[in-house]
Amino acid sequence: MADKPVLDVQGLTVSLPPGADRLNAVENVSFAVAPGEIVCVVGESGSGKSVTAHAIMGLLPAGQLTATAGRALLEGDDLLTKTRAEMRKIRGDRISMIFQEPMTALNPVMKVGDQIAEVLDIHTSLSERERRRRVLDVMQSVHLPEPERMVDVYPHQLSGGQRQRIMIAAALVLDPVLLIADEPTTALDVTTQAQILKLVKELRERRNTGVLFITHDFGVVAEVAHRVVVMQHGRVVEQGKTEDVLRRPRDEYTRMLIRSVPSLSPPARQPVTAAPIVLQTSDLTKTYVAGGLFAKRREVRAVRQVNLSVRRGETLGVVGESGSGKSTVARCIARLIEPTNGAILIEGADVARLGLRALRPHRKRVQIVFQDPYRSLNPRRTVGSAITEGPVNFGMAEHEAIDRARNLMRLVGLDPDALMRFPHQFSGGQRQRICIARALAMQPEILVADEPVSALDVSVQAQVLELLDDVRRRFNLAVLFITHDLRVAAQVCDRIAVMHRGEVVEEGTTAAVFAAPKHAYTRALFDSAPGRNFEFGKFEV
Amino acid sequence: MSVEPALLAGETATPPPKPGLSGRLARDGGIIFGAVVILLMALLGITAPWLGTKSPSEINPTFRNRVPGIEQATRNDDGTTRTFTYRMGTDSLGRDIYSRVVYGARISLVIGITVAVFSVAVGLFIGLISGYIRWIDAIVMRLMDGLMAIPAILLAIALVSLFRAGLMSVIVAIVVPEVPRVVRLVRSIVLSVREEPYVEAAICAGTPTHLLLWRHILPNTIPALIVQGTFIVASAILLEAILSFLGIGIPPETPTWGNIMAEGRGLFRLYPHNIFFPGIFLALTVLAVNVLGDGLRDRLDPKLARRM
Repeated sequence: MADKPVLDVQGLTVSLPPGADRLNAVENVSFAVAPGEIVCVVGESGSGKSVTAHAIMGLLPAGQLTATAGRALLEGDDLLTKTRAEMRKIRGDRISMIFQEPMTALNPVMKVGDQIAEVLDIHTSLSERERRRRVLDVMQSVHLPEPERMVDVYPHQLSGGQRQRIMIAAALVLDPVLLIADEPTTALDVTTQAQILKLVKELRERRNTGVLFITHDFGVVAEVAHRVVVMQHGRVVEQGKTEDVLRRPRDEYTRMLIRSVPSLSPPARQPVTAAPIVLQTSDLTKTYVAGGLFAKRREVRAVRQVNLSVRRGETLGVVGESGSGKSTVARCIARLIEPTNGAILIEGADVARLGLRALRPHRKRVQIVFQDPYRSLNPRRTVGSAITEGPVNFGMAEHEAIDRARNLMRLVGLDPDALMRFPHQFSGGQRQRICIARALAMQPEILVADEPVSALDVSVQAQVLELLDDVRRRFNLAVLFITHDLRVAAQVCDRIAVMHRGEVVEEGTTAAVFAAPKHAYTRALFDSAPGRNFEFGKFEV
Repeated sequence: MSVEPALLAGETATPPPKPGLSGRLARDGGIIFGAVVILLMALLGITAPWLGTKSPSEINPTFRNRVPGIEQATRNDDGTTRTFTYRMGTDSLGRDIYSRVVYGARISLVIGITVAVFSVAVGLFIGLISGYIRWIDAIVMRLMDGLMAIPAILLAIALVSLFRAGLMSVIVAIVVPEVPRVVRLVRSIVLSVREEPYVEAAICAGTPTHLLLWRHILPNTIPALIVQGTFIVASAILLEAILSFLGIGIPPETPTWGNIMAEGRGLFRLYPHNIFFPGIFLALTVLAVNVLGDGLRDRLDPKLARRM
């Protein structure tokens, strides 16, 4: 790997429009990618990692961002000085890019084979037959099953992982020297992610492509990267060989980031056995029925006969991939939807069938914290009115509710005087704190946390998890913790229930499940966790 | 493919830079033009008696079908003469078209704004309920589909013929065909907003349904309704003119732009000014309202706003 680099970025600076929170989106960034090398650019949101990638591709939004200094040399050619026509020739041919959302990156009304062939059509003068052969070849090489059949399907007929494979196939069909991957696995399930990562590694080996891999996930970094570039606030704070950066980080920010990665080995926990059971579901089932008068009736069993129980002061993790039914369970328990069958016992009282009116007194006993902190607060109402809404609904006097809200703000680590502010004045992590305060304002017995940290940066994630654990202990809450992230589950859960296709396939104490997973699916899930062989935060001096 | 704005801003949202005067004009030109024209029309209607007009229904049998700009001298009791200039000529009954056009602005604007307010209010109410309560939705939406299947003008004619012709019945006749469009708009917004986590959080907080709709869902419909409302103003003004032109709207002695044109229709080839002047005012007003609506949509509706 001592060849001349395929990509050599020198002092790249991209300026932000006037009035932004900082002068440059990216400032004096330099790094290189050698042929056949995977370089991971890692950083939190707003670090400028995506802007860097887009600047290299010449895809900066016109008029908003401009590269003002530096060079981006592709095999010695400065990309920043190319005209648009020249860049068009280079893109797809010598550099390709794959994006985060395989759903939106593919054209929904075009057959996937044609989308791959489009690249050939633009850049080469191959015959129709030759093109088709090349398309089938490249589909074969990204391990798509039955390329002959798949070449003529539309994107919606494929799974997320297959779509991402199509994207990769289209990116690689012309054998580019550089592949830029912008968070290519973030939107995928962990098992699919593992396959895509494996594919990327294999392809760069076989084709000697240089890969610039943008990610926020240190697990992925440990899994694929040869070298790592750590970015913060638009600057490179550290770069080097993966082993060096992960084991012997020199920069304080890098150390903090790596330390924040939750470990996959669960800490020792005292099992909660004596406390009374607060929440219990028995044979909880939710079936969605589609179709109607004219369409064919179709049943989707989102959740099948789920039996869970949570004791006071205990955290039960529900782990699963998208579509496993874990969120449906959460929404049934919060009674945002009505289960089709089964019982939900809250301290012995069944709430599964209660009508709107009869449900009301039970509402305050179960509170929920949602995944997306940007959408879980009404943007038009102050934080204070969000927190006081519930207590006031149940007859508390306004000033009393405000007092409680002030106390809760202090409890979740925010300034009580910020109650008058609006949600957009807070960051994602702060908003999630507000949502926790809002849930606590109802003095619930059960807290349902539906992926509460999935949308947060890793450093913020650790703080919010700590807060959740703190309020659980302080108020002796029963917590139902829904997550897809095994690392998070390992750290906060007393017990874990693994869901797959609407069913709980395995349940047990966190330590037991992690030490010896019994069900085949659980094992597959654990084997897919990126960076599972790497112990983060154990630094060598 | 463009970079999403979110990736520039990161955790803290950055407001877009304030545009200069020329930027504002380029962006808000439509809003400014539309608002100014509508304001002028409203002023015209309000101050009609002081704008050198005479009674719009005053018939002058000796001075019929005169061309614009003609003057008529009348002798007062004390022997002096007084001249009156018919700036836009007279119609076949000798009425001053200028006065009729200026007074007509009142009817047009009153109808446009009243219709918009009523149809938005009614549509908002039905749309909120229909979007939130599923079983009502099925019934209400089929009813709205049925209403939308009938051409607005036919429906309005049928409704007017049920009542005595007059301002109120014309307003009702125009409101009814407009309501389904507002209902559909509001319903579609409710259907997407009710899935927002903050609405679900409010449900968990035990917020009663009427408060939920009022606090958390209704505010989301306001920008779209302001935009839709302006378009309703324009179409109501047009529809009133059409009804009057067909002779089934406001009684013909009342000056409205549609009535003036209807009256001038017979002698249109000989005296085009009968239709020309009210037509200009009608076109200008409708254009202004539509341009204002377009401008407001660009500003208020983020989905349709063009990227700056």
